Amino acid sequence: MSAANENELVKLNAAQMAEKIRNKEVSSRELVDAELDVINAAEPELHAFLHVSADEARAQADEFDKKNAAGETEGLPELAGVPIAIKDMIVTKGIPTTAASKILEGWVPPYDATVIKKLKAAGMPLLGKTNLDEFAQGSSTEHSAFGPTHNPWDTERVPGGSGGGSASAVAAFEAPLALGTDTGGSIRQPGSLTGTVGVKPTYGGVSRFGAIAMASSLDQIGPVSRNVLDSALLQEVIGGHDVRDSTSIPMDVPPIAKAAREGYKRDLKGVRVGLVKQLSGDGYQPGVEARFNEAVKLLQDMGAEVVEVDCPHFDYALAAYYIIMPSEVSSNLARYDGMRYGLRVMPPEGVPQTAANMMAYTREAGFGDEVKRRIILGIYALSAGYYDAWYGSAQKVRTLIIDDFNKAFEKADVLVAPTSPTTAFKFGEKMNDPLTMYMSDVATIPANMAGTPAMSIPAGLSDDGLPVGFQFMAPQKHDEQMYKPAAALEAALEEQWGGPIWQSLKTPWLGDNANAAK
Amino acid sequence: MPEKLMKYSDAVKEFDPVFGLETHVELCTQTKLFCPAHEEFGAEPNTELTPVSLGLPGSLPVVNKTAVDFAIKLGLALHCQINEWSQFARKNYFYPDMPRDYQISQFDKPTNGNGYLDIELDDGTPFRVPIERAHIEDDAGKNTHVGGADGRIEGADHSLVDYNRAGVPLIEIVTKPVEGGGDRVPEIADAYMRAIRDIVRALGISHGRMEQGNMRADVNISLRKKGETKLGTRSETKNVNTFRGIKKTLQYEIRRQAAILDEGGEILQETRHWDEATQTTAGGRVKSDANDYRYFPDPDLVMLHITQDHIDEIAKTMPEMPREHRARLQKEWKLSDLEMRDIINADALDLVEETVKDGATAAGARKWWLGEISRVANERSLSLEELPITPADVAEVEKLVADGKLNDKLAKQTVTGVLAGEGTPDEVVKKHGYQVVSDDGALDKAIDEALAANPDVAEKLKSGNMKPMGAIIGAVMRATHGQADAKAVSALVIKKMKG
Repeated sequence: MSAANENELVKLNAAQMAEKIRNKEVSSRELVDAELDVINAAEPELHAFLHVSADEARAQADEFDKKNAAGETEGLPELAGVPIAIKDMIVTKGIPTTAASKILEGWVPPYDATVIKKLKAAGMPLLGKTNLDEFAQGSSTEHSAFGPTHNPWDTERVPGGSGGGSASAVAAFEAPLALGTDTGGSIRQPGSLTGTVGVKPTYGGVSRFGAIAMASSLDQIGPVSRNVLDSALLQEVIGGHDVRDSTSIPMDVPPIAKAAREGYKRDLKGVRVGLVKQLSGDGYQPGVEARFNEAVKLLQDMGAEVVEVDCPHFDYALAAYYIIMPSEVSSNLARYDGMRYGLRVMPPEGVPQTAANMMAYTREAGFGDEVKRRIILGIYALSAGYYDAWYGSAQKVRTLIIDDFNKAFEKADVLVAPTSPTTAFKFGEKMNDPLTMYMSDVATIPANMAGTPAMSIPAGLSDDGLPVGFQFMAPQKHDEQMYKPAAALEAALEEQWGGPIWQSLKTPWLGDNANAAK
Repeated sequence: MPEKLMKYSDAVKEFDPVFGLETHVELCTQTKLFCPAHEEFGAEPNTELTPVSLGLPGSLPVVNKTAVDFAIKLGLALHCQINEWSQFARKNYFYPDMPRDYQISQFDKPTNGNGYLDIELDDGTPFRVPIERAHIEDDAGKNTHVGGADGRIEGADHSLVDYNRAGVPLIEIVTKPVEGGGDRVPEIADAYMRAIRDIVRALGISHGRMEQGNMRADVNISLRKKGETKLGTRSETKNVNTFRGIKKTLQYEIRRQAAILDEGGEILQETRHWDEATQTTAGGRVKSDANDYRYFPDPDLVMLHITQDHIDEIAKTMPEMPREHRARLQKEWKLSDLEMRDIINADALDLVEETVKDGATAAGARKWWLGEISRVANERSLSLEELPITPADVAEVEKLVADGKLNDKLAKQTVTGVLAGEGTPDEVVKKHGYQVVSDDGALDKAIDEALAANPDVAEKLKSGNMKPMGAIIGAVMRATHGQADAKAVSALVIKKMKG
């Protein structure tokens, strides 16, 4: 296939690729090869991947193509045969999984996460493992032990985090789809900063079995894509009840692809959209606010009723999150002790060669500063005498945030807010100021605290030429309630911008700089 | 340096011991507490593993419903309050045998709270032990320290870890401080542990074998001056894994603490361990320096919801409890209180019951297990169950006697043979050619010879004085190498005299 044809192919949405596969216009193998070519060309610039599983992906694609030729793909999900990239926080049998940490360097999992099993069953080849902040802790991927990922919109800027690798890969056409994990915004905030769609499904809507735990009560696996329908289709593949995850909800995936398709009709009559008072105004970059307000206007134009909702306890969400999340981190990351897998560092000569010392030296060498910071915070918050004041209070705040959501959803079917207060920032800009870095997630954290579904879609470009994200939040177990207005807004914005915003993205790695904006 | 000890009788005269036991009972579920791995006693190290039991990144625990039902059963047996909502919590500490470096246990919301267990001491004295809680948790793996003198970590060259046991379900039964035991505290603890063992076996929730590590206890004890109500400072002796060890630990600690307190000293709140070799407890880490376990609800597990309906359902499946069981057997077997207690105290109830089931009479079964077999067990320092003789063997010996194929002496020799590992009673009998000489011809000959050899005795017998009969029987026995049936000999002699 010619390079030009390949470039056209990789710019297709996942649903379009799937249709071509079904029509036998293209094979899964051709798609995989095309994506691998892009990966080869783009990686020196972007570093979105920690590991490219080219051989496995080709083998999976060939297997699928064989079945497809034999007519044995009946009953497979719509995305069958479409390749996908996986955040390196999700375990993949036989493919190295590191969580972007030195402590897991070289570890090859002996089992597949439930979502990986589902992707394999759907015949979706795995292109590789994408970069992230170490153990998903960060908002820029600068905390990856293996070097940061660059934002394809401006390679001197971060792609957001923790799932910057998945977001950049999808934005840069290295993959049509990716999986991320979202604990405080790690799918949505990178989506916002890279002009991609990122979804955090209802907590318990997608099995966490095989997702390396950061903060178990907040973590959720979700889709990354270039449009709303693709995310809906992917969530339908990976979602559903799993007996191996006790927190998985025993229910079927809500009808989200149907809701997205419904949304593309751009009729939002009867949909009540709630503007969250606490998630706007001060602290939001003017360009972000402007795009946000325009998008709200578009929703209104399509018939949505816009109301303001008051969620007073959202003001405490970030503070409470930084108690609960590190507490769980401190316990979840205890197992990385050099005993069973991953890095082992023996104490130097002169230091007693005990198991305790080995653990200490291993953890000292294996964890980065941000991870250590959070482990220390968590240990402190859970300590005897502090537990009630810190962890106990934070859990109460969490209950109040859930109450806020419940009240807001009496007035509105879906809540909206900017996804991130700013567009992509420069490398190093926030590295020495953790609090400012933490503020990146101020608008995404409430949904994690309450377990509600939320998603970010591109809302155009800010004055600085960088993507802006628009966030929808829906009631628990009703992910479809955000997919419909999100699809409607996507369609309306595309009309306004004359196409998807990625048309404005310069892609030198595709060798086609003619990718000019309208 | 050996520690100073007060004489036990003086210690309990001066002080009032208060003890508490935390008993870990390993459940005999098919699979581990949070994953489908199986655990078999004696399996090859590190073969009974799944990603979950090894705590691999990304793995998640899912509660084994059978383990929860087992806990409910135990809760019912211990008259506990079974909580509608209970919760698993993480107990965080680093240790090589802990795959996740936290144990999943229950903290402020255990499945079973507040109960009691009525026990009986050796002499039949009843005692009620108050239960604080019985919660569910998973076990750790097992460390083996290599190269040291006695298998302890001190002085070891390296250690090996076997994670097979990691994740095996346990119930920890915690008593309240047990007061009012006085000088009988060690006995009470012993009777309590045996009662727990009998209950978990009767419920079928654990093999209850201490020697296989199915049960172990942390032994807490403190002393206070007689008449005082405030509890003294306690020591905790960890992981004592024999009944005897628990008894001895309490005896030792009472004597040790009494000696310290008597001299005006203070008891260190510390963790100790029982040393079987020296029959002493030794200090370990001081409790105030111990880990802060940073308990918090395990976010990977949802709260356990146990409905009254479910409890009622399980209540219907409850078997007869050991105390009722005993009362019934005693009646069936027509034994006196004392005879029954002897059986129980000898730890022979199950064996006797089994033997009776296999066809022996209760009296016969009791005689063997409490007599010759107990003697040999004592001699070899083994429990009855550890000896190479089964209830079926004993029943078989009894049958041979009943059928007149063995006399008492031969039966005893047969049992000795079985205990020596020579095989089943049948095999032993065959091997040695044990056989009652019931052939009247052979006996006749031996009797005639005996009478001829002892004319004075023969004379007396003839005149109706049967007192010296023993001499003739003895001589016949010698002549037949003990294979004659004494009764038969006696009957034949009488017949001859009359004739």
